[in-house]
Amino acid sequence: MKRILAASLFGLSLATSGLAYAEPVKIGVITTLSGGGAGLGIDMRDAFQLAIKQSGNKDIELVVEDDAQKPELAVQIAEKMIQGDKVDLMTGIIWSNLAMAVVPNTVAQDVIYLSPNAGPSALAGANCNANYFNVAYQNDNFHEGMGEYANKDYKNTFVLAPNYPAGKDALTGFKRFYKGALSGEVYTQVGQTDYAAEIAQIRASGADSVYFFLPGGMGIAFMKQYAQSGVGIPVMGPAFSFDQDVLPAVGDAALGVKNSASWSPDLDNEASKAFVQAFKAEYNRLPSVYAAQSWDTANLILSALSKASVKDKDAFRAALKAADFKSVRGDFTFNTNQHPIQNIYVREVVKDGDVLTNKIVATAFEKHKDAYAEQCGL
Amino acid sequence: MFTALLIEQLLNGLQLGVMLFLMAAGLTLIFGVMGLINLAHGSLYMIGAFACATVAAATGSFWLGLIASLAAAAGVGALIEVAVIRRLYDRDHLDQVLATFALILILSEGARWLFGSFPLYLDIPKLLQGAVPLPGGGQYQLYRLAIIAVGILVAVGLYLLISKTRLGMRIRAGESDREMIGALGVDISTLYTVVFALGAALAGLAGALVGALQSVQVGMGEPVLILAFVVIVIGGIGSIKGALVGAVIVGVVDTMGRFLLPSLLALTMPAAQATTIGAALASMLIYVVMALILAFRPSGLFAAQS
Repeated sequence: MKRILAASLFGLSLATSGLAYAEPVKIGVITTLSGGGAGLGIDMRDAFQLAIKQSGNKDIELVVEDDAQKPELAVQIAEKMIQGDKVDLMTGIIWSNLAMAVVPNTVAQDVIYLSPNAGPSALAGANCNANYFNVAYQNDNFHEGMGEYANKDYKNTFVLAPNYPAGKDALTGFKRFYKGALSGEVYTQVGQTDYAAEIAQIRASGADSVYFFLPGGMGIAFMKQYAQSGVGIPVMGPAFSFDQDVLPAVGDAALGVKNSASWSPDLDNEASKAFVQAFKAEYNRLPSVYAAQSWDTANLILSALSKASVKDKDAFRAALKAADFKSVRGDFTFNTNQHPIQNIYVREVVKDGDVLTNKIVATAFEKHKDAYAEQCGL
Repeated sequence: MFTALLIEQLLNGLQLGVMLFLMAAGLTLIFGVMGLINLAHGSLYMIGAFACATVAAATGSFWLGLIASLAAAAGVGALIEVAVIRRLYDRDHLDQVLATFALILILSEGARWLFGSFPLYLDIPKLLQGAVPLPGGGQYQLYRLAIIAVGILVAVGLYLLISKTRLGMRIRAGESDREMIGALGVDISTLYTVVFALGAALAGLAGALVGALQSVQVGMGEPVLILAFVVIVIGGIGSIKGALVGAVIVGVVDTMGRFLLPSLLALTMPAAQATTIGAALASMLIYVVMALILAFRPSGLFAAQS
């Protein structure tokens, strides 16, 4: 009797643990680890690795590759990961032009892709896919938040973004909620480092405010040049222009600038506090929004793995869609198009001791949905 | 108001031009004297910026940083000339491109290993902060004017160096007949090291000056390198005068294209479309100009005699 009990207990524990961690899970991470956009990808990778490490799950194997912010390279890596490494899941891409090159082909091969950052509108509407989950946002979202907030103070705004899918989504999003006039609309080159020509146009435009979306090194260059130009018109942007990865290099020129995001290091919930603390302890720096989104992506995957086998695609997709994990962004659910429904906050750049960081000053939207979900047939 | 904007944009073009000249002068000098295509020139630009940012952060003085950038770029330049480049003079251009491309990878990863992937902070010195009034009611950033001044000084300095000094005489001799000056007893290998270090120092100076305007990060040199190659191809490979004229052409055309094309297109099509198409066209404009110039002058505006 005792032996039967022991055996059945043993069997039962095998069965339950089998459900959770039976086979090894291979996750392909394609992200930007070199070149001007490396800071974003490194934050993404570091947070993802830390989340997996903290979970204690030894069956997850990460295959991390650097896309150097080049679409053609990302496509090659994706093919290699799917055909050669036989990954179960893929994630990691920061830039929308790379996502557009990789994601449609990946999900068509029945590999599940979870986006920790890029959310191009072309993949959110009619071309949504059951294998594509966006854990970050639809590209327009942060900009919609700032557009709504800008109505409070401004009537005539100059808008500026790089000429690539996320840049167009950015200005579309801003304009969707901004009621004032636009005194100018300029698209710059991706990776551009000198903004003298654009700053001169801003000076001549008679705008009362400037809205710019320039992630990574582009934003650093713009802010430093703008601060010295003597233009003096107030600026605002999405978090990407004022996040933890760029603030140290921009310096005090960024102080007081309002920017929008789904998360901020001072967001008041248990998961967020634990995340900031763990990230600081491991890497000795404050995490960015990219890190927060990546941390959530990892935890979403972990939550789904504890419910279903990654080999049973239908069950695994259902487990992902349930979004049964503690998000650092507080309430987090998936819309019908598998993009987040989340709050969008307005933050302000402040100095905490010697460190430049952000604190939340307002909530632009509660439980915000993207504009494309209705066109999605899922 | 439009005149003020136009003057400001012309100055912007000129500033971009002199910055490209600092890069292109070294590149074209090295090609003219040694016949070497140096892809790693962008890495020397990066080294200058990193040296300036590091020393400025440690000492609080941008000026010490500037001296450090010259020293670091010239030092690294001389070191790689002696260790690697020297072995490439007799090889064909493909070998040179391969080896110097490898140097880009080594120097970039080296910088990443030393400084990390996050951009460094480098600010404009107190003396040059702010903006000055322009005729026509505009304002212009003082630091950019200072860059223009430095570029002009370097151009004059290079002219004097090459036409009036013994070193310049040897450089000119080296350009026209390498074997002959060796036969006349000039120590060619020292001459090559000096020329390479000089070109490297100019690239380092450009990196440090621009680093205060942009972000100092790994890989910052390669986009500039591409433009610098466009400059020397337009100007005629090996010609310093060509590099100066080509740099100003590229700087002004690029800036004016970015500024004027979208507004010109807006006259004939909806604004949103005009900005997108204008931005796309503006980014090709310098290559179109290069193609046009090469169609009429296949070896560039001021082709060197070789």
